[in-house]
Amino acid sequence: MLSFWSQKLKKKETSPEEILDEYLTKIKKFDEKIGAFIEVEEEDARNWAKEAKKRWEKGQNLSDYDGIPIGIKDNIVTQGRKVSCASKILEGYISPFSATVIERLQALGFNTMGRLNMDEFAMGSSTENSAYKITRNPHDLSRSPGGSSGGSAAAVAAGFVPAALGSDTGGSIRQPASFCGIYGLKPTYGTVSRYGLVAFASSLDQIGPLTLTASDARLLYECIKGHDPRDSTTIPASKYRVVQKPIEELRIGYSEELLDGCQSEVKKSFEELTRILRKEVIKSGDLFPIHLPHQKYGIAVYYITATSEASANLARFDGIRYGYRYPSNNLLELYEKSRTIGFGTEVKRRILLGTFALSSGYYDAYYAQAQKVRRLIRQDYLNAFQEVDLILLPTSPTVAFLLGEKTHDPVQMYLSDIFTVGASLAGIPALSIPGPTQGLPIGMQLQGPYFSENLLLDLAQKLETAYGAKMAKLG
Amino acid sequence: MGYVPTIGLEVHVQLNTKSKLFSTASCGFGGEPNSQTTAVCLGLPGALPVLNKEAVRKAVKAALALSGTINPKSRFDRKNYFYPDLPKGYQISQYFEPFCTGAKIEIDTPNGRKVIGISRIHLEEDAGKLLHSENPAIAESYVDFNRAGTPLIEIVSKPEMDSPDEAVAYLTKLKSIMEYIEVSDCDMEKGSLRVDANVSLRREGEVRLGTRVEIKNLNSFKALKAAIEYEIERQREILESGGSVVQETRLFNPTLGKTIGMRTKEEAHDYRYFPDPDLVPLILSEEEIESWRQELPELAEQKKERFIKEFSLPEYDAQVLTAQKAVADYFEAVVKAGAPAKKASNWVMVEMLALTQKGHLSVWDLFPPEYLAQLIQEIEKGNISGKIGKTVFELMVTEKKNPREIIQERNLAQISDTEYIGKIIDEVLLENPSAVADFKSGKERALKHLQGEIMKKSKGRVNPVLTNEILLKKLQG
Repeated sequence: MLSFWSQKLKKKETSPEEILDEYLTKIKKFDEKIGAFIEVEEEDARNWAKEAKKRWEKGQNLSDYDGIPIGIKDNIVTQGRKVSCASKILEGYISPFSATVIERLQALGFNTMGRLNMDEFAMGSSTENSAYKITRNPHDLSRSPGGSSGGSAAAVAAGFVPAALGSDTGGSIRQPASFCGIYGLKPTYGTVSRYGLVAFASSLDQIGPLTLTASDARLLYECIKGHDPRDSTTIPASKYRVVQKPIEELRIGYSEELLDGCQSEVKKSFEELTRILRKEVIKSGDLFPIHLPHQKYGIAVYYITATSEASANLARFDGIRYGYRYPSNNLLELYEKSRTIGFGTEVKRRILLGTFALSSGYYDAYYAQAQKVRRLIRQDYLNAFQEVDLILLPTSPTVAFLLGEKTHDPVQMYLSDIFTVGASLAGIPALSIPGPTQGLPIGMQLQGPYFSENLLLDLAQKLETAYGAKMAKLG
Repeated sequence: MGYVPTIGLEVHVQLNTKSKLFSTASCGFGGEPNSQTTAVCLGLPGALPVLNKEAVRKAVKAALALSGTINPKSRFDRKNYFYPDLPKGYQISQYFEPFCTGAKIEIDTPNGRKVIGISRIHLEEDAGKLLHSENPAIAESYVDFNRAGTPLIEIVSKPEMDSPDEAVAYLTKLKSIMEYIEVSDCDMEKGSLRVDANVSLRREGEVRLGTRVEIKNLNSFKALKAAIEYEIERQREILESGGSVVQETRLFNPTLGKTIGMRTKEEAHDYRYFPDPDLVPLILSEEEIESWRQELPELAEQKKERFIKEFSLPEYDAQVLTAQKAVADYFEAVVKAGAPAKKASNWVMVEMLALTQKGHLSVWDLFPPEYLAQLIQEIEKGNISGKIGKTVFELMVTEKKNPREIIQERNLAQISDTEYIGKIIDEVLLENPSAVADFKSGKERALKHLQGEIMKKSKGRVNPVLTNEILLKKLQG
């Protein structure tokens, strides 16, 4: 879509204002049903489009994409705009600075035009943990769009925006991309700056694109990636490597044991994809089972690590400096009530879990142990990539589940992250692409070695003609 | 049977960097509340810390000056607790892998030199400050985050001091070294040097240390000494009456001269330390550490030895002059400007230090070292007497003028004009015929009287040696 609009703009067949109008009309007509946006920043967006139009007219467009709208998950800050993380605790907060990714997109003229719904502080897999609203899957309104970047995925699948940014901590870009039938890329940890991303679990969080095409994902990733002096965990340019290989020669690994817990339609989709790959894509390559012995500990390691980091990351929301404050003359009561009322159930559950995992007497058994196993999981991947170029697995064991289906069973909800947490823990890139399906969207996941985003996208692009993204039919 | 005290000190030294440990905000003292803050020091959503390399340089230099071992790799950890002056709800510190393990300070004790071990030195960020409403009717508190994020090093001694005096000697030496290498202004009143003391008692002959008590709120050397003395007595009384000391944190109240229980071990915070995932490990290369070592100035000890050798000063003088780097530098500047070393030492040690200690000033605040050198030269040349010299010195302090100007303006120069001196002597001899007669009849004391009269008449300005010569000649002639 990004290159589609770019072509039209270059040929003067449309203007940034017309493009924005088209999307705003659709949002106004259908977002009441979907609930993808927390806020459409219409005034800012219209002003931006107007300026972009002038730039195009003068031939001073900031890039080929000047004026194309982008939706932003509401945990990425923009100067002078609200940011809520779908939480009551950030009530009324306006950020005095912009995230690095926002600065980079705006420098190219992209119109970051609205704040997209999510699970509160990115904690969840269904976007039902939002303090503001539920987001519905545009392909089936009774179902969840996945989460936590559910607003981003739903907005893209519904055609409310040509593309969106999300954030992925344990699958929060990939799983909603899977449920909504689009592309979702979680880049190599350290390639995209986290400056201005409200932290959930700092050692896992990465911002990435959700798009309708593989080439859009590639383009957005190229726009936002790169070293940032404001984020010490970003990788310096000198350490980037190029991972390339002709598609036909790819050696692809998959894990049979992981497939066992999948819904039958997911399994079927996977088998169909492997058949196509063997037959038509990797003619001189190979596809064979591999063993990732520590994958089974992924969920445990992930939930200990992520909640531990979150328990500290969310300590700053204390009612003292900004956001929601319970009015009290007693400091302890101010803290307790501000956080009790300001945070939702799932966020509080994770803060408690993380606080426990770090406490004196439990640290070694939980946090420290989890870090040891995390290193083993990473090592498993490094070993595997000696044998294979990339790994194929489903993104989620199920298709989009029904709204409310898992809200009362948090452990069941956590287990749905089984296929995505591994790449997060290892820091490797992973891409969810639309897989073969007759009914609801089913996402397939490509994982590769560090810096292999382009290779993953090359293969995705190759498969795109057979199984591309489907925009949902609304009304 | 007696009890022996054991003392360990935890000292926080604020580093005098321009900007904060993890943000670009200024570290200046005394700005409008919250004027020196960025998104990072306010803990705003999405802000990330970035390590200030200048703070690392100063921290490493401090550790090197304490003969510390610098670890090539160290990490930052989060220390979690809630307090309104702590914007992120955690302090970034170094808990698991500090940048320095193993350092030492040598102190002088009545039994000779003693080495006090330092177990670790780590880098961490300071918190902000709470300000409470001065009107008790208004229950309001405010937070000033200007200090939040200022770099600190925490220097943790081993429990190797045996008396309050040793603790004071340790802190004095530590402060002197930090001032020497100019990494901190070490002002206890402003809080740029802070100290907590751990005190325990054990039975004489027992190796194992007793239960320790941590004492906080020690804002001066006086408080440090008084608090440790009080705490030793308190624990001794408990132990002697058969009780046991409770492990706790106590606050020193300087008005009461007592320590007061703050929280026991059970009430202690669980800080839930864990590695800060926003920061990468701090890697220091050998070359880097070596280049910072090269930057270290001569320290007090070395300077003292050099002063004895180079300027032939007595050990006492060298000791006093080098205790503070500012004084030592001043002394050297005076010598460099042309004053003989021992004379310079006398003036700096006696006259100047008396003034600076009284007024909490630096010697550099009084007048430039060149002025003192000129004053000494004027005396040496006989242009003024030593006595007039003191008068000129005082005028230099109050008027901030160079001594030659003062001597000229006030006509203080010594007179060596024999004709003039002769005339004054003649007048005095005429006015004191009885003293002249006394002298001639052999009374030596009469000479002193005449000399006094001459000085009085000349307002002390005539050259005493020349005057004597002429006087004797006239009396005997």
